[in-house]
Order: sequence, then structure tokens, then C-alpha cells
Amino acid sequence: MASAAAPPHTGQQGLGIRFDRVERRFGPLVALRSVSLEIIPGEFVALLGHNGAGKTTLLRIAAQLMRPSRGSVIFVGPRPGAPVADLPGKPGDEIPAASVKALVGLVGHSLLLYDELSAAENLTLFAKLYALDSVSARVAAALESCGLATRATSQVRTFSRGMRQRLAIARALLHSPRLLLLDEPAAGLDTQGLAWFSATLERLRGDGCTVIMSTHARNESLDLATRAVVLAAGRVQDDSGPGADPRPLLESLRAEA
Amino acid sequence: MKALHATWTLFAKECRLEFRTRELLTATVVFSLIIIVFFSFAFDPTPAESRRYGPGLLWIAFFFAGSLMVNPSFAREQINDTLDALRMAPVPSFAVLSAKILANLLFLSIAEAILVPVFSVFYNVSLAGIVGRLILVLVLGTVGLVITGTVFSAISAHARMRELLLPVLLLPFLTPVLIAAVSTTISLFGDARELDRTWVTFLAGFDIVFLAASWILSDFLAEG
Repeated sequence: MASAAAPPHTGQQGLGIRFDRVERRFGPLVALRSVSLEIIPGEFVALLGHNGAGKTTLLRIAAQLMRPSRGSVIFVGPRPGAPVADLPGKPGDEIPAASVKALVGLVGHSLLLYDELSAAENLTLFAKLYALDSVSARVAAALESCGLATRATSQVRTFSRGMRQRLAIARALLHSPRLLLLDEPAAGLDTQGLAWFSATLERLRGDGCTVIMSTHARNESLDLATRAVVLAAGRVQDDSGPGADPRPLLESLRAEA
Repeated sequence: MKALHATWTLFAKECRLEFRTRELLTATVVFSLIIIVFFSFAFDPTPAESRRYGPGLLWIAFFFAGSLMVNPSFAREQINDTLDALRMAPVPSFAVLSAKILANLLFLSIAEAILVPVFSVFYNVSLAGIVGRLILVLVLGTVGLVITGTVFSAISAHARMRELLLPVLLLPFLTPVLIAAVSTTISLFGDARELDRTWVTFLAGFDIVFLAASWILSDFLAEG
């Protein structure tokens, strides 16, 4: 697994997202209660909280896989002065949700991969759907990066849990997203996989990609976080805030855990 | 152009998945063959009876084959939540739906290509001179069946007991198609061997209306 051979990144700023009094109900259950949160482009946010706190719901709303019952979600372009290239609108502008699909990546609880397709076929399918150029080269680079080049033609159903997770991460990164949503992404990764994943996250952070990662407090990848947000019972319980050092909050959570 | 490219890419994916597992084709062809062959032995129809009642049996076999075939269209996307990945991709929702409709159309057409000659032999119905017109009726009826079936497959994908629910939901909507397709096939198998243009127009109209409806509803259907 070589992070150096990872899919090429644009080196452009990430995409910001603003949750404005977002509420989400599932029948009588309220998963999110008036969550207001602004994630600034390029931030690496650790989203923490116990099971059922609303982390997955918030990430699914950010991924536009779920609509809020109340409130709104607004995507915001890079900070003024940052390179924007093909991003719609001017830096700092609000961007219509429909325009950001190609800029968002998700690693969810599920793999989002077809078991009966091979690793290469899965990545090729999504590379084509994202209308990427040099599909074969990108797919080869992604497989090399996640250490699955030798299993490129094997069907995903033959993979171990860790291999599947690595491929799921490679799939989410294939189109060089500017907003990466990670929901317990380290689940199933072995030591080698975790090292590759941490290196990949570090590279993404260096590239200015906005990352929101839901995880538990003991995850080593949290050392990369530039901000920590704690959810409890669907509300923002604690937020280290943009620009502030998240380590004191993370340390206190680790001590509690 | 982008939508067409996405549709083609997803259609190729559907075909690859099916031809790799052959789950749907094998099950539906075997099931429909059993219906046709067993009815032939059970009733031992005369050629006149075959021409009169055979089309109804043939289209009932196609209906059950279609129901079995479209059922997993969206259900198989739930295994690893792959529909979420498709929804996140920058492709129109109708591309996802139309790729599934095209794939189901191909699979059911393959099943029909096997079933019709078997029907012709077991029921002693000659297809000489009507093959072209029969293909037209089969295509129009199958398109209606597949569009409606795929739309309802998306609606029922999250339901418990969806295997039972889908045919129950589907039958009332497909009754007009079945009546039209059976009536046209009867007129084609009859002594005059003519195509009933009224029913053919009805079938074409049904296909257009449901295709338009599926396009309008595609965003809602993709949400699951």
C-alpha cells in the first residue's frame, strides 16, 4: 500500500457545509434536534458521540441521501483567494446542492460496492459514472494505492472485511472529492490498513479537502483533526470551534472513554 | 449525452451482474417453461383451442416471468446500499431507472425467445408468416410489462414480503396490457392472421404513458 501512488488530487480547496437548525425525525424518534454547524472549507472535523447520537444521520444529510425534516443544508465554496478551477460560483459563494454531487465522497457503514463485480470493475463503474478521464490509469492507481492491485480481477465477495473496507475508501476517493464524509471508516482495517488510511487522510488534509469523520474517541486518525464536534441525543453538545485546538476536547473524551 | 452515457454504463453493469450469476434468467425461464409444458399435458388442447386460449396462457407465463425478473432489480441494490452510491453519483435518476428497464427488457426478451418456440411446438401453433408482427406485439407488451414492473420494483424494494407484494401491486396496473396483448395475439393466431391495430395502438400508448410517468417519478423512485 503506497499512499504516494494514490489517485491524483487537485490541490484545490475543500467544500464547506452549513447546517442551519437541521432537524430529522423518523416517526416519533427525533434523530437530530436543531443542529446548527458551519464546517469551513479545508477543515478536518472529528464527529464524536455515543451510538444513536445522530452522527450517521448528519452525515447522510450532508451526502444528500436524506432530507432534513426541518432546517436547511447549504454548501459553501472555498474561501476567497483560494484556487477554485471548475467549482461553480465564486469563492465563498453558496453552491446549489445539485451542483456539488461530483465533489462529495462518502464511506458509510455499508460498502457501497457490488459483491459480484471485481475490484477493478467496481472502480471502473464509478469512474465512468463520475465521467472521469483516464479511467484505466485512475483505477490502476487507486488499486495500487489501497494495496489491492494483485486482486484487481477478484470479485469483491471473495475479499476479507478489511480488503472490502480499503476498496470502499478507494472508491470514495476515486473522483477526488472536496468534501469527504467518513462514517466509522476504520472499521475492519488491520494495522497495515490503518496506517494506509492515516497516510491517506493526512494527504487529503494537506490537499485542503474538507473531511468530516464520525468515529469513536480512541481512533488514532483523530490526531489529524483540526476541530472536534460532539453530538449527544441529536444535539451539538460540544464544539472545539473552527481554528481552535481540538486536542483538549479530544483528551477529555479519551479520558472519559 | 451524459445521461445516455450513464444509462449505457449502468445497463452494462446490470448485464454483467446478471450474466455472471444467471439467477434471474434461469429461474424465470425454467418456471415459465414448466407452466407452458404442464398446461399442454394437462389439457391436451386441439389446434383450434390452442389458437383461442394459448395466447392467454402465453402472456400469463410472461407476466409471472416478468414479475420474478423485475423483483430483484432494486432489491439487489440493498445488499451493500449500492443505490446510495448511485444516488450520490452525478447522474440523472432516470439513468438508473432506464438502465434497469433496458436490462429487464433484454432479460425478458431472451426468456420469450426461448418460450415462444416451445409454445409453438407444444400447442401446435404455426408461426409461419406472422413472426414479424408477433415480434411487434411481444415487444410492445413486454415494454409495458417491464416499465411498470421496474417502477413497482423500486416502490416495493424496502417493503417486507416484497416478493408477494410486487405481483399483487403489479397485476391491476398490468391488466390493460395483458388484455390488449392477449387480444392482439389471438387475432394474430386466428384464421385471418391479422393484427388488431386498435389494441396495438393501445399498447404503444400505454408504453409511452408509463415511460413518461417513470421519467417524472424517477427522482422519487431513486430515493427508495
